[in-house]
Amino acid sequence: MTENGVVLGAREIFKSFGQVEALRGASFEVRRGEVVALVGDNGAGKSTLIKILSGTLHPDAGEIHFEGRPVTIGSPTVARGMGLETVYQDLALAPELDPAANLFLGRELVRPFPLGLFGFLDKPAMRRSAAEAFSKLGVRIPSVTAPVANLSGGQLQGVAVGRAVNWASKVLFMDEPTAALGVVQAQHVLELVRSVRDSGISVVFISHNLPQVFGVADRIEVLRLGRRVARFRASEATMDDVVAAMTGSVEQVDGTENGQGSR
Amino acid sequence: MSELEQAAATQGAPPAEARRLPRTVRWLLEAQTAWIFLALLGMIGVFAFLKPAEFATVDNFRNMAVDASSLLVIAVGMTFVIITGGIDLSVGAVLVFASIVAGKAMEAQGGNGYGTVLLGLAVALVAGLGWGLVNGIVITRSRVTPLIVTLGTLGMAEGAGLLITDVNIRSVPLKLTDSIGIGRLWGQIPYLVVIAAFVTVVAAIALALTRFGRYTYAVGSNAEAARRVGVKTEQHLIKVYAISGMLAGLAGFLSLARFSTTTIGGHSTDNLQAIAAVVIGGTSLFGGIGTIVGSVVGVFIPVVLQNGFIILSVQPYWQEVAVGAVLIAAVYLDQLKRRARAHG
Repeated sequence: MTENGVVLGAREIFKSFGQVEALRGASFEVRRGEVVALVGDNGAGKSTLIKILSGTLHPDAGEIHFEGRPVTIGSPTVARGMGLETVYQDLALAPELDPAANLFLGRELVRPFPLGLFGFLDKPAMRRSAAEAFSKLGVRIPSVTAPVANLSGGQLQGVAVGRAVNWASKVLFMDEPTAALGVVQAQHVLELVRSVRDSGISVVFISHNLPQVFGVADRIEVLRLGRRVARFRASEATMDDVVAAMTGSVEQVDGTENGQGSR
Repeated sequence: MSELEQAAATQGAPPAEARRLPRTVRWLLEAQTAWIFLALLGMIGVFAFLKPAEFATVDNFRNMAVDASSLLVIAVGMTFVIITGGIDLSVGAVLVFASIVAGKAMEAQGGNGYGTVLLGLAVALVAGLGWGLVNGIVITRSRVTPLIVTLGTLGMAEGAGLLITDVNIRSVPLKLTDSIGIGRLWGQIPYLVVIAAFVTVVAAIALALTRFGRYTYAVGSNAEAARRVGVKTEQHLIKVYAISGMLAGLAGFLSLARFSTTTIGGHSTDNLQAIAAVVIGGTSLFGGIGTIVGSVVGVFIPVVLQNGFIILSVQPYWQEVAVGAVLIAAVYLDQLKRRARAHG
């Protein structure tokens, strides 16, 4: 699968919660250096699929491939070890900690031997490299040492995205990253998505906002009722095509090669 | 997230009503620890001015430091617990339990040497650690709130102690009383104070400068976020409650040394005193915020007030009234601060 440039792929994924079948044979692919939008109506299974790919949930059945090899993503820690990072809808920031502490949470730098043995933090190094990371991404925050609780919504988003981007080496998942933002802030996040893609990291972008999807995505994959029902190249599709696929009035044959269905 | 926090979140004023506070007000709120410290200095100043000969003496300050030492040790552990968003009501009962088993162990061992004293110390620490582990494990496994679990172990530790003996043990080795109990470093600083200060400094460093401290704040700030980035939040909570228990055990040993007897009936409000001290010192009951320095100040405020009132021949019970009012004010300020932040 690597020959198609597929970094991460899911095949025929099934996942039920009690009586509810969230995923019924869903497939999904992320290729190297692209922004792929995962769209679908509420309850289509987008978040469930992302949670499976980022190690938070485990599939009942189905295969996941990473760089051509079948893998089991047993936990978020495993996913992060593979270079897969997630920006959660709730951002998952610790409000009382500062941006640098949030960026390094779970990956703190410690001072050299012998203080490091006791877990003494290298705060200056973390601050420096956090400030660098945020400025490289164009995330403007007033201070890397004030609690993130004091930041605005857009700045919080910037910290969460900045953290994920800083550690992602292969794929960045973003679950509705612009849902809570104003127009200007949303535009900024979209710019961020593009610059991440240009640095060679693939981005999976979940959104309900089709204009945004068309503004940023290279490809679009559509989930409906727990299955992939269509794939489009953003440059060759219209919003009507995508809406038709989302609502079920048109259906491609799943797994069609080259992402182009019976259009 | 603790039940306290959830309860507070639902009972507190609706955030929509909160308005943005002026910058100066917010700065005053942020600097709570500094204000509390100034308040403590103010009290000392007033008492020293009114009764210089009685209050402002080395002996009196030494007495106050000794009075504060055992509570300080407990409050240090409590600071970690409250920063995680939890609470530990069992500390006073664990203190009594630890002093009973340590007293019994030293009695059984007999003798009057440092060996017996060290045995007592080890038994007290292990007993406290044991109860702390029970707290931590039950809280993380059962997901019953810390308030209820530690209320349960409060009863269990107290009952278990009284099952061993319901009369105070008086045969504490003289060596213990002479050395730790009334001994002084360089003839000046009581060993009780030295030990409490050492514990406090180590804890302050661990909280402010190490990964352990960072995770303590992170768990209290957003446990789910910490979990998602791979922090072993449950293990961390168990460690924090274990530390609180072990420090309560140490306090039990110190109390044994100071009074040369178990003080079975004397610790029923230690838990509330420690919580009040920690909260007055600026640690947030909602978790994620707090310092050891603040707790030190919070421990000394009631001690200084009580001492000063006695010297001024004011009924010392006023101290409890005053501390209760300050406690409510501290939590109110904390809530204001959070609302200000949510809309900053």
